[in-house]
Order: sequence, then structure tokens, then C-alpha cells
Amino acid sequence: MKKELIELRVNGRTHELAVHPNSLLLDVLRGELNLTGSKKGCDDSSCGACTVQVDGVPMLACTMLAASYQNCDITTVEGISDGGGLGALQKAYGDFGGSQCGYCTPGFMMTVRGLLMRSPDPSDEEIREALSSNLCRCTGYSQMYEAIRAVIKAEQSSPKPELAGARE
Amino acid sequence: MVDAAGKTTGAGKYADDFSLPGMLIGKILHSPYPHAVIKSIDTSRARALEGVAAVVTGEDAPNQYGILPVGHDETALAVGKVRYVGDNVACVAAVTEEIANQALELIEVEYEPLPAYFNPEESMKAERDLIHENRPNNIEKDYHHVFRDPEKGFADADYIAEARYIANEVTHAAMEPHCTLAAFEIDPHTGKQGRLTVWSSTQVPYYLQHKLSLVLELPMSQIRVIKPLVGGGFGGKSEIIPLEIIAAVTARAAKAPVKITYTREEVFWVHRGRPRTIIDLKTGVKNDGRITSVACKVIQDGGAYCSYGIVTILYSGALLGALYDIPNIRYDGFRVLTNKPACGAMRGHGTVNVRFAFESQMDEIAAEIGVDSAVMRQANLLKPPTVTVNGLRVLSYGLPECIDQVLTRSQWSERKGKLARGRGLGMACSHYVSGAANSIIRSDMPHSTVNIKIDRDGGVVVYTGASEIGQGSDTMTAQVVAEVLGCSLARVKVIAADTDLTPIDLGSYSSRVTFMAGNAALRAAEDVKKNIVSAAAKRMNCTAEEVVVCDDRVWKRGADSSPIMEPVSVAASGHVDGQILRGSVLQTRKQEVVTDHMSFEEAVVAAIDVHGGLTGTGSYAPPAEARGGKHKGGGVGPSPAYSYSAQVAEVSVDEETGVVTVHKIWAAHDCGRALNPVAVEGQVIGSVWMGLGQALQEEMVWKDGLLMNAGLLEYRSPSSVESPEIECIIVESIDPEGPFGAKEAGEGSLAATIPAISNAIYDAVGIRLREAPFTPERVLAALRAKRGAKKIEMTEGVDPTQPTSFREHGGSLWYRGKGPDRHANDPSRQGSAAGGGQ
Repeated sequence: MKKELIELRVNGRTHELAVHPNSLLLDVLRGELNLTGSKKGCDDSSCGACTVQVDGVPMLACTMLAASYQNCDITTVEGISDGGGLGALQKAYGDFGGSQCGYCTPGFMMTVRGLLMRSPDPSDEEIREALSSNLCRCTGYSQMYEAIRAVIKAEQSSPKPELAGARE
Repeated sequence: MVDAAGKTTGAGKYADDFSLPGMLIGKILHSPYPHAVIKSIDTSRARALEGVAAVVTGEDAPNQYGILPVGHDETALAVGKVRYVGDNVACVAAVTEEIANQALELIEVEYEPLPAYFNPEESMKAERDLIHENRPNNIEKDYHHVFRDPEKGFADADYIAEARYIANEVTHAAMEPHCTLAAFEIDPHTGKQGRLTVWSSTQVPYYLQHKLSLVLELPMSQIRVIKPLVGGGFGGKSEIIPLEIIAAVTARAAKAPVKITYTREEVFWVHRGRPRTIIDLKTGVKNDGRITSVACKVIQDGGAYCSYGIVTILYSGALLGALYDIPNIRYDGFRVLTNKPACGAMRGHGTVNVRFAFESQMDEIAAEIGVDSAVMRQANLLKPPTVTVNGLRVLSYGLPECIDQVLTRSQWSERKGKLARGRGLGMACSHYVSGAANSIIRSDMPHSTVNIKIDRDGGVVVYTGASEIGQGSDTMTAQVVAEVLGCSLARVKVIAADTDLTPIDLGSYSSRVTFMAGNAALRAAEDVKKNIVSAAAKRMNCTAEEVVVCDDRVWKRGADSSPIMEPVSVAASGHVDGQILRGSVLQTRKQEVVTDHMSFEEAVVAAIDVHGGLTGTGSYAPPAEARGGKHKGGGVGPSPAYSYSAQVAEVSVDEETGVVTVHKIWAAHDCGRALNPVAVEGQVIGSVWMGLGQALQEEMVWKDGLLMNAGLLEYRSPSSVESPEIECIIVESIDPEGPFGAKEAGEGSLAATIPAISNAIYDAVGIRLREAPFTPERVLAALRAKRGAKKIEMTEGVDPTQPTSFREHGGSLWYRGKGPDRHANDPSRQGSAAGGGQ
């Protein structure tokens, strides 16, 4: 199979890449662009460790063909830090123990960010539903809820509405 | 957590995130047969494929290894025969994963299938076609322990309960699939392959270094193992995983760096999880609930290799003790080989399934003799300090408070037995070691050593071999050192688990890190602090005892500390003391003035000027009194300290569908001093949650040695919607020997969850489930059995309240054909003729 040239827009930058038509987005991000924050946990879209945002929507990069996502805005965990510092969500996950081994954490970052972008004040039920797309084997999810709640509370009391380092 | 930012930003590197110039990708060919002789392997076509650099087979590295010195029964790749579906046959290194996969298909292996053994009770009767020739009857090891007089204990009992419990097989399913990158350097003197560097997802870098040395016949000093971030272990990375050895062997053959990363399916095949376990348990009690005697027979379905098996079967028996006061114990343990992936250590190693049986039976007895199940547990408490009948020393014992806490929080006395139909409360307790008092490799060396280096900048660098795997090891180390040195956490940098840089540490398993590496860190910090204090005392013209080191400041006790007590950031103080690098000139000038307070940097510089350098070392070895009895197998189970846990679960059972819903679990855990309460809660909640998974839905389903659910979706690890609220209550019994009184927090809570849920199911609908997990099928079967209704053949007709034997599940997907059309080599078809299989 011959490679073909594609353009991928990742974290606000456009990259010209030669990839096989069957290359997976996750492999291209990790292998070609060296964005190793997105993880491979299951190979078959069961675990959510590879979650990236495509035009704001959390999607599973391990089962997406890279060539199909030209002209989309792809955001990975590397693209969500707040001006080189920790975004509020990233900080909260660290402070509240939402991250233990950390392997699932980038995926959760992208899932929760997607949730908060479409629903700035989600109910507990909504949070629970949203998190169910990602698996964590360490935390039992409890401390993640605390972290997310803390971020939402901080957002509501802060003057400028800037979510989890989101800069859309 | 000191390492949280790397994890939340994606900047932290796990093994698979590394790559090297010229790196090849390794792929492993696995056996499709559960038990077969390899008649021939032809790799010539694979080797000829463009892009393939090397193909290795068992002959390339035939030295045997295993995590236990008594269980060296593995080879990097199969030599002569394969022993489970998924066993490692050959490995290809190629320039891309795609080419490596193509090459695997070109390897031709001729197998001659042998009868296979899947049921441990059948396997124990085997007389021929043994899995390992030196293990008669396929029994890896059996132990028979008698402590005091169990028969007399039963004779004294007013009531005796006896039943069989079965816990099915579960696996770690850590989020990070195992990965190893191996690279050889060229030796500058000989010009040949020299030192080996390995980056690997491991909990035990030093054991890996040791086993690589055995297999590759390289001195340990020529092997460097680096543990990057590890994406969860739970025991699954606490031994030498085949790919770790295979990657190094392949890199040697390919003469280039080789990285192998398991697919998720391979992670399931490599397994090393908690074995399916049959527990025949008999408990005798007096009318008031006091236990008089316990007899326990355990059969573990260990899979095809020894792995940690001998330790697992010993833990199962040894940790019958140290939770309650049991005067007489009989234990018979059998670790049996079968043609399935090897089982090994998994969170709560060896104790979990037996604890399920024990705590369930206690509940059954309490109901029979009319004693509240909490009162029954309170009637059997230990009276520490004490040594149990099987030689376990218990000093700190927070179990009574744990029980009180969960009873209060769950409103036990008001609500137990009084909830609406279908809803119930259940309780159970558990415990675990804070590190094994005896190391796997018998020796008197320290179990942990920590080095500290402080330089003129006032930065504290801690070198520890302890392996951070997400449990908070690095954070704990930094905290302990900062606390002892009286400096801020930001000064402390932890360099961990790199065999070239860090002193030897046995690794992260058996919940040993806080207790052992923590104690070593504490001693190292005290060692280095001694020099800081003596130099400061000289400057301040006082005795060492008068020197106070706290909050990045050093002052003379009683001195007016008000001007110096303002909190200073490291950056600010670094600026103030920036001149320290200019040498001692300024310091000398300062020294002329007798002062009564100094900054941390000033004290450090003063100490370096006196001592010529500032380093400290501390190590920890468990005390002789904690190392257990002298009986055969008595080395496993003893620990310098035990953690304790009590839990209450609230569940409801849908009698129409059999679905069990857990609403809430109250979990009180005695971890000694909680050095980092957020991390402790995270560990306790995580343990309870993992126990919940094993209680309700996780189960490895086998058919003729083939794993039917080798994927995260099919394995059904609980997602957020299936996870209830878990309220963690930290109980702090200050342990006299722990670092600042700390004990373990990472494993002990898991075992109580499963029986707490089964006991709650009994409270809800009156059925005793003696086979875990409590799936809807089993709940419905038990409900029907209770009603006396005809059994439904959903789980082959076994009544989960009276399990008798193991069984296979699922359809007949064995690799070609179904039902009568099964392949002639299908072992279950051969079984009756050969007399070996089932």
C-alpha cells in the first residue's frame, strides 16, 4: 500500500504528512507527530485512553483513519495546557487524586473537556454518563468527580469564563 | 502528587512513548494450542521478508528463569513444547509493525497436540503428559500446615459450618499494556555488543535486571533497567513478563534496539492474575461466636507456569491468621498446573479468595447461632501486641475502630435486616501485609536503600529504587524526606527505579513501599540531616540538640524566630542566597558573625564546607522478630505490620433479572499514619472498587484453554455508571515501626469487598452465593434453587450456593468448528480417549 499526502490540523498547527490510507489517527499522532500523550489501552475503542477532540467532540483516535480527518480541528492533551501552565482541570485532577497511574488521564482530560464545553454546569448524572466512555483501573472514579466538581465551582465563581484552559 | 503534572498534560513518558533511532518493532508468535510438542519451526520465509531484521525462537535463549528461585520453569520462547494458548513461540523484529505481523504469518510451526488439562481437580490426577516433567500429578507445590490442635478445636465447638466456595479467575487489566524497549550499546573496548539498557513497564526493575542477567548470560552490571512511568500494575508487572526477556533476546539478535508492546489481547494471555480458587472451609465456633478452630483446603488453578504460585498458595494459608484470634488452624494448599496462562500476584495476593470464603462463612455462622455478624467479628479480635498461632507478629491493630466506624456510618444497628425487600446490608473485614518480611531471594540484604544528595543550591535529590506505579511511591518518598529535613517539598527531587542510578530496592509489590522504602528514606534523611545540624550548631554556637530545622529554616531553639519565620519560597530564598556558588568567601564572612538563625541553603553550604559533600544513606530490613515461624513455608505471610479494613456494603437485588446493584460501600482502613490522605483514600477506594469488579462482573471465561473474553469491553471492568459511591474512612493506628507510624494502604481493602457484597445479598434476598462473581445468572440460579424450582441450564446447572467443581463456560468456539464438528485435535474431544483432559 502506497502512502499518500495528507494535511492534519492538530492543536492549532497544520502538518503535512505521508501516511498509509489505513493508518490510524492514534498511530499518526504518536508515531509521526510524536504527540505521545494520547495512549493506546485496548486497540478496539473500549477504554477511551486515546480520546482526542475533533472539532470539540471527544472521539476515539484508536479506531479512526487519519486520512479521514483532514480539514478538522484535532485537539490532543498536549493542546489543552493553559499557556504552558496547567489548565484548571489538569490541576484539579492532580490535587484531588483523579489521576493515579495516569495512563487513562489524557483520555479523561479530553472527555471531560468535551463535556464541559457542551455543558458548563452538568448534573452528577451527566458527568457519570460522560465518564463512562473511558475506563480507569486505579481510582474507582470517585476522586475524579471531586476534581470535576471543583473545576466547575471555580469556573462559576471566577469572572472570566475560560474552561479548563480551553481557548476556543 | 509530585508527578501529577506529567500525567495530566501527557508529557510524562511511559515505556511505549520512547523510541530510539533505528528502533525495530518486535512481534511475538503465540501458540494456538493449549498443550503441544513443537516438532519443527521454519523461520526461513519470515527471515527472507524485506524489512525483517531478526527472527528468534526458543533455541536462541534456552536458559530457564522465573520470578521465584524455586520456580525457574519459563524460557523466553518455548523450547520443545507449548503449554497454553498464547504461549510464546517466536519473535520477529522488523522495521514496522505491519511487516513484523506479515512475517509472523510466514513462520511455519509444526505442532503435535497433547492432551491438555483445564480443571485443576482433574489435573491433579494426571499421570502422563505432564505439563512440566518434574512436577508429578501436575502439582506445582502443596503445603500441609497444622497449628496447635484443630481436631480438638472442632470437638470443643458448639457449632461447625462447612462449605465449598469458588472464586473465578480475574486479571489486573492495568490500563497500560506491557511494553519493553531494549537496546545494546557498542562496547568501546571490544567493539562488540556491550551493555544492555532496558526501558520497561515493570514494578520490579531489580528482579528484571537479575533475570535478564540469567537468560542473556551478562553480568548484572552490564544491564541497566529503567522504569519510566508505569500505567498501573496491580501485580501484573511484579514479575518478569515474557516480552521483557524476549525484547532483549531479539535486540541482541537484530543488533538494533527493539520495542515490543503487547496488544490488549496479549495482555490477557500473559495474565499472571488471581487464580480460580476452590476453598473447602470448615469453621468451629462456641455459642457466643468465638472461633475454636478453622480447617481450610485450597486448590488454585495456577496455569502453565509457576510464576508467583508458591507464594500465592502460602499467602492463602498464612493470612488466615493475623486478622482474628484463631486458636487452631489446619491448612492444606495445592497449587496445580493447568494448560492456561500462568496466574501470579494480583492485588491482595493470595488472600482475597480465601477471605471471601472465610468472611462469608462467618456471616453464615452468625445467622445460624443468632449473633449479629458485627458482634461475631468483635468477639474474635486479636489482643496486640501478639504473635498469632501461625507465627505472625501483630503490633498495631486498628480493626476494632474500623468496625466501629463502618457500623456507625452505615447506621448498621438501625438498618441491618430492616431494609425493604430486595435491599440489604453486609459486612466483612480484611487485612494485608505491609511488605513481606522475607524477600523472594533468600538473603539478609536490606529490602530497601535510599541515597540522598544535597548540593550547594539547597536542592535535595533522593535516589530510590522504589517503583512508582501510580500508587504514590515518589510522592511518599519526597514527603518523608522533606518532613525529616524540615524543607519544602519543592526542593525535593526524586530519582527512582533506574538500576544505574538508584540503590537496590526489591520493588513495588506486597504493599511494601511506604513501610520499607519509606523507612529507608527516613533513615537516609536523618543521616544527612545529622551533618546539616552539626554544621549549623557550630555556626550558631550551640549543641546539635538545640538546632531546629523546620520550614526551610534552621534556628537555635529558643531564639527569637519571628523575623525568620515568614514563609519564603524556594525561588525567593534562592535569589537571596544566590551567591553560594561563588564559593565560601561570602560564607566565611558570614561565619564570623555568630547567628541564631540560618536559611536552609546557608545551613547546607555550612555543612558542605565542613564535610566536603553532603550525602546520606538509609536502608531498611525487617526485624528478626517479624520474620515468622520456622515451619516449611513459614517465610510467606510474616510482615513487619498489617493493615486492617472493615467494610459495609448496601446492595439491592432485582429478583426478576438477578442484577445486583451496589448502592454504597463504607470502607474503614487502618493504614497507620496516613502520610498523604488523598493518596490513601485513592488507594482504598481503588481497592474496594477492584473488589467490586471481582464481586459482580469480572471473570475470565475459558473454553478448552482459550480465553473467551480477551478484551476490555468483554472483560467488563466497571465503568463510571456501574461504580457506586465508596466512602473511605481512614483509621490511624500508629505503628511503632512504620515511617511516622505508617502502614500499607494499597491492597488490604480489596478482600473485604467481595464478602461484604455477598453477605449483603443474603440480607437482601436470603441466598448464599458461594461462587464469585455474583452475576445475574448465578443470582437467578440461586433464587430458583432456594425456591426449589428446576435448575435452568444457564451455567451448566450448577447451583452457586452449592458449587462442586470448576467448569468451562460459553460456546464451543474452539478454534475450528462447533459441537460434533470440532477439530480432531480439540483436546476436549480427545480428553475421554486419552484420559487426560476433561
